[in-house]
Amino acid sequence: MRTLRYREALREAMFEEMRRDETVFLMGEEVGFYQGAYKVSEGLLDAFGQRRVIDTPIAENGFAGVGIGAAMVGLRPVIEFMTWNFSFVAFDQIISNAAKVYQMSGGKIPLPIVFRGPTGAAKQVASQHSHSVDPFYTNIPGLWVGFPSTPRDAKGMLKTAIRTDDPVIFLEGETIYNVKGEVPDEEELIPLGKARVAREGKDCTVVAWGRPYYTALSAAELLEKEGIECEVIDPRWLRPLDMNTIIDSVSKTNRCVVVHEHWAYGGPGAEIADRVQRDGFDHLDAPILRVSNLDMPMPYASHLEELCLPTVERIARAVRQVCYREG
Amino acid sequence: MDQTGELEKFYRSMLLIRRFEEEAARAYARGKIGGFLHLYIGQEAIAVGAAAAIRIGYDYVFQTYRDHGTALALGMDPKAGMAELYGKDTGCARGLGGSMHFFDVEHGFLGGWAVVGGHIPVAVGAAFKARYAEEDRVTLCFFGEGATNIGGFHEGLSLAGLWKLPVVFICENNEYAMGTPLKRTSPVTDIAVKADGYGMPGEVLHGHDVQEVRSRVAAAVERARSGGGPSLLEIKTYRFRGHSMSDPGKYRTPEELEERKKRDPLLVTRQTLLSGGVDEARLERIAEEVEAVIAEAITFAEESEPAKEESMHRFVYAAGEGG
Ligand SMILES: Cc1ncc(C[n+]2csc(CCOP(=O)(O)OP(=O)(O)O)c2C)c(N)n1
Repeated sequence: MRTLRYREALREAMFEEMRRDETVFLMGEEVGFYQGAYKVSEGLLDAFGQRRVIDTPIAENGFAGVGIGAAMVGLRPVIEFMTWNFSFVAFDQIISNAAKVYQMSGGKIPLPIVFRGPTGAAKQVASQHSHSVDPFYTNIPGLWVGFPSTPRDAKGMLKTAIRTDDPVIFLEGETIYNVKGEVPDEEELIPLGKARVAREGKDCTVVAWGRPYYTALSAAELLEKEGIECEVIDPRWLRPLDMNTIIDSVSKTNRCVVVHEHWAYGGPGAEIADRVQRDGFDHLDAPILRVSNLDMPMPYASHLEELCLPTVERIARAVRQVCYREG
Repeated sequence: MDQTGELEKFYRSMLLIRRFEEEAARAYARGKIGGFLHLYIGQEAIAVGAAAAIRIGYDYVFQTYRDHGTALALGMDPKAGMAELYGKDTGCARGLGGSMHFFDVEHGFLGGWAVVGGHIPVAVGAAFKARYAEEDRVTLCFFGEGATNIGGFHEGLSLAGLWKLPVVFICENNEYAMGTPLKRTSPVTDIAVKADGYGMPGEVLHGHDVQEVRSRVAAAVERARSGGGPSLLEIKTYRFRGHSMSDPGKYRTPEELEERKKRDPLLVTRQTLLSGGVDEARLERIAEEVEAVIAEAITFAEESEPAKEESMHRFVYAAGEGG
């Protein structure tokens, strides 16, 4: 095992896949000479040259489309959005084209492409730059959606994404690029649709990914001191969702809190809650609660931004509520 | 006003912007300001020259996230600007918008916009309204050269050209889009040439000369006001700081930067004033006045109440709470 940062783990995944497969290339704004706006692609230009590490103009709709076309005829593009906020300009390419090619062609043209980049609120970057895009892209059949929380998963999931013959929306937490964690020396591919039990506990299942995954772990520590044992589950893939792992856990804890950094109206948070109540109804001893972003565009002022995001305190309160320790 | 008097006014306005941003950068370093902070330092003559070319408060102005200079040149109260950066309730957007989203409706400043190119069609919409309402308002739309590669630019200019709308597109060509020089982002490096494809005149002017900016923008504005349709002005300039506070600017050499600083609009204007007979003492006095305004803005920002929790709930829908 080695200790890597989340961003380094992502870089290693790209490095290894590009070395393994000549058809894989990386394209996006500032990915080459600038070494990546968030330094995820640092060193890749040196290693692979301008043919395979391609700086683009600010033209998301254009280069997303270029990626799709190249993937239709044999390449395996990794398209970086500087942040997922800018993918909205390329929404049409991703939804109308990438997600549809395989079906439109009657299954004749698979589309192996990865769209990746950071998502979520960073720090005080205000409303236009703070979107969590999980709900938008998980809604689309034809796209797989991954969101790793740890360096190990970042690497193993990105490698899987690059080898998958479908479009994969790969969401990275902008505020967790620096998080360190152990990554195995040997190659690891984290299978599509396989969740991970991050912490075991018998009293309440907490499902969380991205930055809130860490917030949930902190909440679990706090609650442990109060005698409440949380089982924290990181779904890793938001499409396909590994409901078995989640329902198994709920069958033991009989309670479930879903924590997510996206608005509460729909999205994977709502989807998970819906499926738990449908498939795990008999196990539940309390309503499923969700801890989400507050329902408003992200304000700039830091104390307001904090209020909008899931906090340890909000998560702890929700857990106490489903455990009937707090009204 | 005589020429020197006017130039003195421009100088004061540019100095105000410069000092506002230098102090903002310091406050940022002290953690008083957060998020992205894109400085306009080096480009001030464009905002000031363009503001002098329009009817402030009547005409409409749109800018990118690099918006402090334009807002201040139009007359935004520096107190409201600084308070916004500090995330205070007294800020120009009540602390909800921050650096990238200055707004000052009273002076016709319709926003700092943070997604590249997204505001260009929006500005065309404001020009559409002027036509619709049979008003002779003109819209100014600013953006960087990096924005000329995105769809919003193409569609916005296409519609404005087709409908001959009263809008002046001002491309502030500071040579770099973040870390990427123009020659690596655009198949043609003469931005003005792109105007041809949209049936409007394209012109090139120098961004360090505030009077040239004023007179050339004024000509385009008058053309638009009198029904002559849109124009694309490419204004050559350079930003002296990084793209934002987090950018160390490794993509350009210190020599290049030093060379460009010789055409610092403040330096150039100062020299013109001095050689035109304005004495040092007079410029000193202007500097002192500006310092007082900036000091007042900082004190105001420091002492204002933080942005209100109520605001973030209240200003989601105009029609009331819901969702
Ligand atoms: C659609 C979109 N893509 C990417 C970004 C990130 N970004 C912000 S500013 C910028 C560079 C813009 O350069 P330019 O248009 O030349 O304006 P300047 O910053 O030099 O004023 C980039 C890539 C963005 N805000 N919007």
